[in-house]
Amino acid sequence: MLFSKRRFMGVLAASMVASAPGYAVADGWTPRKPIDFTIMAGPGGGADQIARFIQSVAEKKDLTNRPLVPNNKGGGSGAEALIHVSGANDPDHTILVTLNSFFTTPLRQENLGIDIQTFTPIAMMGVDPFVLWVHKDAGITTFEGYVEEVKSMNGEFVMGGTGQGQEDSIVIAYMSDAYDLDIKYIPYSGGGAVAKDLAGKQIMATVNNPAEAKGFYEAGDFVPLLAFSDERMPAYPDVPTLKEKGHDFSYYNQRAVVGAPGMSDEAAAYYQDVFTQIFESEEWQGYLDSESLSPLWMDASEQQDYWGLQVENHRKLLAALGE
Amino acid sequence: MEVLALLTDGMLVALQPLNLMMIVIGVSVGLLIGAMPGLGSVNGVAILLPVTFLVPPGAAIIFLAAIYYGAMYGGAISSVTLGIPGASTAVATTFDGRPLAIQGRASLALVTAALASFVGGTVANVLFTLFAPALASVALSFGPPEVFALMLLAFATFVGLGGDDIPKTVFSICFGLVLGSVGFDQISGAPRLILFEMNGFLQGIGFLVLAIGVYGIGEMLWTIEQSRGAVTKTTPKMTVKGMVSDAKDATKRGWKGTFVGSFLGFFVGVLPAAGATPGSLMSYGVTKMISRKPESFGTGNPDGVAAPEAANNSASTGSMLPMLTLGIPGSPTTAILLGGMVIWGLTPGPRLFVDEQEFVWGLIGSFYVSNAAAVLINLAFIPLFIWMLRMPFTVLAPVIFVLSIVGGYAATRDMFDIWLMVIFGIGAFFLRRFDYPLAPAVLAIVLGPIAEPTLRQSLLLSSGDPSIFFTRPVAGPITIIALILIFLPAIKLFRGKRKTASDVNSG
Amino acid sequence: MRNGEIITAGVLALFSLYLMWKSAELPIGYIAGQGPGGGAWPFWLAVMMLLSCVMIAWNWWRGVSPPSQSDAPVLDSYGWKMLALVGGGIIAFVGLVNVISMYGAIAVFLLYYLKYLGRHGWFLSLTLALVLPVAFFFFFEGAMRITMPTGLAFTDPVFNILYEIIY
Repeated sequence: MLFSKRRFMGVLAASMVASAPGYAVADGWTPRKPIDFTIMAGPGGGADQIARFIQSVAEKKDLTNRPLVPNNKGGGSGAEALIHVSGANDPDHTILVTLNSFFTTPLRQENLGIDIQTFTPIAMMGVDPFVLWVHKDAGITTFEGYVEEVKSMNGEFVMGGTGQGQEDSIVIAYMSDAYDLDIKYIPYSGGGAVAKDLAGKQIMATVNNPAEAKGFYEAGDFVPLLAFSDERMPAYPDVPTLKEKGHDFSYYNQRAVVGAPGMSDEAAAYYQDVFTQIFESEEWQGYLDSESLSPLWMDASEQQDYWGLQVENHRKLLAALGE
Repeated sequence: MEVLALLTDGMLVALQPLNLMMIVIGVSVGLLIGAMPGLGSVNGVAILLPVTFLVPPGAAIIFLAAIYYGAMYGGAISSVTLGIPGASTAVATTFDGRPLAIQGRASLALVTAALASFVGGTVANVLFTLFAPALASVALSFGPPEVFALMLLAFATFVGLGGDDIPKTVFSICFGLVLGSVGFDQISGAPRLILFEMNGFLQGIGFLVLAIGVYGIGEMLWTIEQSRGAVTKTTPKMTVKGMVSDAKDATKRGWKGTFVGSFLGFFVGVLPAAGATPGSLMSYGVTKMISRKPESFGTGNPDGVAAPEAANNSASTGSMLPMLTLGIPGSPTTAILLGGMVIWGLTPGPRLFVDEQEFVWGLIGSFYVSNAAAVLINLAFIPLFIWMLRMPFTVLAPVIFVLSIVGGYAATRDMFDIWLMVIFGIGAFFLRRFDYPLAPAVLAIVLGPIAEPTLRQSLLLSSGDPSIFFTRPVAGPITIIALILIFLPAIKLFRGKRKTASDVNSG
Repeated sequence: MRNGEIITAGVLALFSLYLMWKSAELPIGYIAGQGPGGGAWPFWLAVMMLLSCVMIAWNWWRGVSPPSQSDAPVLDSYGWKMLALVGGGIIAFVGLVNVISMYGAIAVFLLYYLKYLGRHGWFLSLTLALVLPVAFFFFFEGAMRITMPTGLAFTDPVFNILYEIIY
């Protein structure tokens, strides 16, 4: 048999659930066209996987009467997606899956003229923490050991990441500054490529979301040294946080869904209802759990406050990076 | 031997009635998607998702494998019949496939492509079955310097592909490379070459935009202009007997290319960063190099169809390897498949091969069956495509234009790119008039975005010291071979020129 | 052809210069310890493009490349007419996409090409011009889940009915 019985039964149960359509009951507005589900990253990365997972849950539960059509626009660190969505001629049918480039890209490229506060808040699906990883063959088991190793290599310690100004580089920059580390940073096209080159020992350490390193961690290849979360992560209870080390710094990648600027209140209410159902679904909660994301549920006005706060934080962090 | 038992189980599962039906539907749909310029196996996944919730996951995986194979076979169809490479992996197929079609031998080209694809896919499956874990570690040993060396080798193999006019060929290569660097500088994270300050360039210029522009529009305009309005109609005949003799012909004249493509394609495809396009190019180049009649390439040599087709099938199968053994996607399609596995509750990564043997071998088993089904269904469809070619040109031409625009939009979802495509098309028409070869530009736009970041990553690793390409054990030999291949024609040319010059002087 | 060859080379040389200038917005030199800067790759390739254009011009001056020896016009009257009718048709097609939707534009283009340029009968022209867009609609929107531009708002009622059918 190709599949274990347990998994087969699980799918069977899921398909029975799916046969009872659960259209969002927001009376009045429903989408009339396919919904443009823009993704702020190219196909295959962490953000894309999450977006497609969300889409598949919506599909499976038949939550929308028109399909969510994934549309990858990863160019220019998400600038392409922001321009596409803010210029959408049908804002009621255009939504965007974001990551932190939602905050950083408008800051780094001010000439785009994007004001993220004009976007319509829909749902905060969760936040993805960052973890510092090394290869097991490096023989480093603690963060202190790592700091020592980096210092002893005098600028020859190589780390990989997804690029200057990207989430992981912000974390690395903060850490280097706090511990006076001199690190050689190699930018890659995506989290998968970074993980691959750490596995192949082309680079010595990475700061990555657990989802992208999990497979290698389970195989015993990667060793987590430090988490950049507020509290220790349930999946990695032995890994200390930077906060425990006495630095008041935590950093998460947001996994949020926002609507195009100018979306009508009725449409926003509809999508908020749909994504609340997805957020509460067993599948999404299971995903949060297995991929070590933290839920961070917020209502619309809380989200807008959160955006303001994040923009200010990133302005400082990017300024410290010299951007 | 446990592996063989699992594999046999997987194949037997694939042969169950429901699953066999999924294979037939999947291959046919995949063939259609692959034959559309602009659409490829990535789009097949869009169909897959809803299906996943209707049938058991086992059947869904089989359906996916079938679409994947169908689309790979289909890529050759648009290269041969329409002259538009539907995917970057099928560019090299146009070099000889298109001339064959123009000579009225489209069926030979399509049969060769189908048979070569089948052999390539089978060789890859067998290599996969036997050596998967060992090859995974080879894939990991390829860091940025190795990938760059490989790109250099790919460039070296197509140095000879340009026209006779060397400055125009060099121009074309450089032009393609510059276009490939538009949009975004990965290393510094800064926007780059946003031409005329138009935001549409932020996303860069995709391969398909240039390829559809050059082939779908430029080449079509050229053909219309050359035919002077005469109703040129190739009347390819299609009989069972003809197909059998084509098959014989294909075997006789395409075995060398098939052989080279099957193995070379697989090894290049296994490397996560490289993928099927360099694999198919290098196979074409190598087959041409070892051929006794290299000058017949580009004029309709079946070897020139067989090599890239065997290679792209083999490489596409090979690109599954890093995904299954390491959890690293080698291509956008495998990336989405990886996402699908998360949805099915599997954890991609090195443990997958150990923990989920049933899944992995079931998938590979269905590859074998899908590949066999795909070659049969493809052969059965060939008469349909040949029949399409018999349409009067005044019907075929507008249909090709429409396919180009619709397919281009489906691939990029941006009208800006469509306008760019039209501009490239009309530009290509004029450049073609002045003997500028454009295939090098189309290839360069694929390889450039792999070559440049790996070059700079390597130099960052070595603190700016270029000797890194020569001192690493894997990168070193590849770089040296590539440099020899690049400079060999130049040396030959130089010596040849001196010789003719001295002949002139003495005579 | 002879004039066309040098004009083309000149235009391409100007374009190369523009690319060089544009690349120079990012560092184009070799940064010590890091390798080439962000603009180096396109800049030096654009330099090679420019050099190629110079070589092409040199070959033109010496008259060694085939186009530089030919006195034939770049395009004769037929060629220009063809380019205007077919190329212009494609440009109009793409322009219409944002007005009367992708499918509407396909229908208009096919009708124009088949009836006016191809001189086919009304039956064939109309059949193809109607069947192909409809088939594409069900293929792309229904099966592939790829939404094409729907044009200006006045097409909405039609698409709402069509979406109602497929979803």
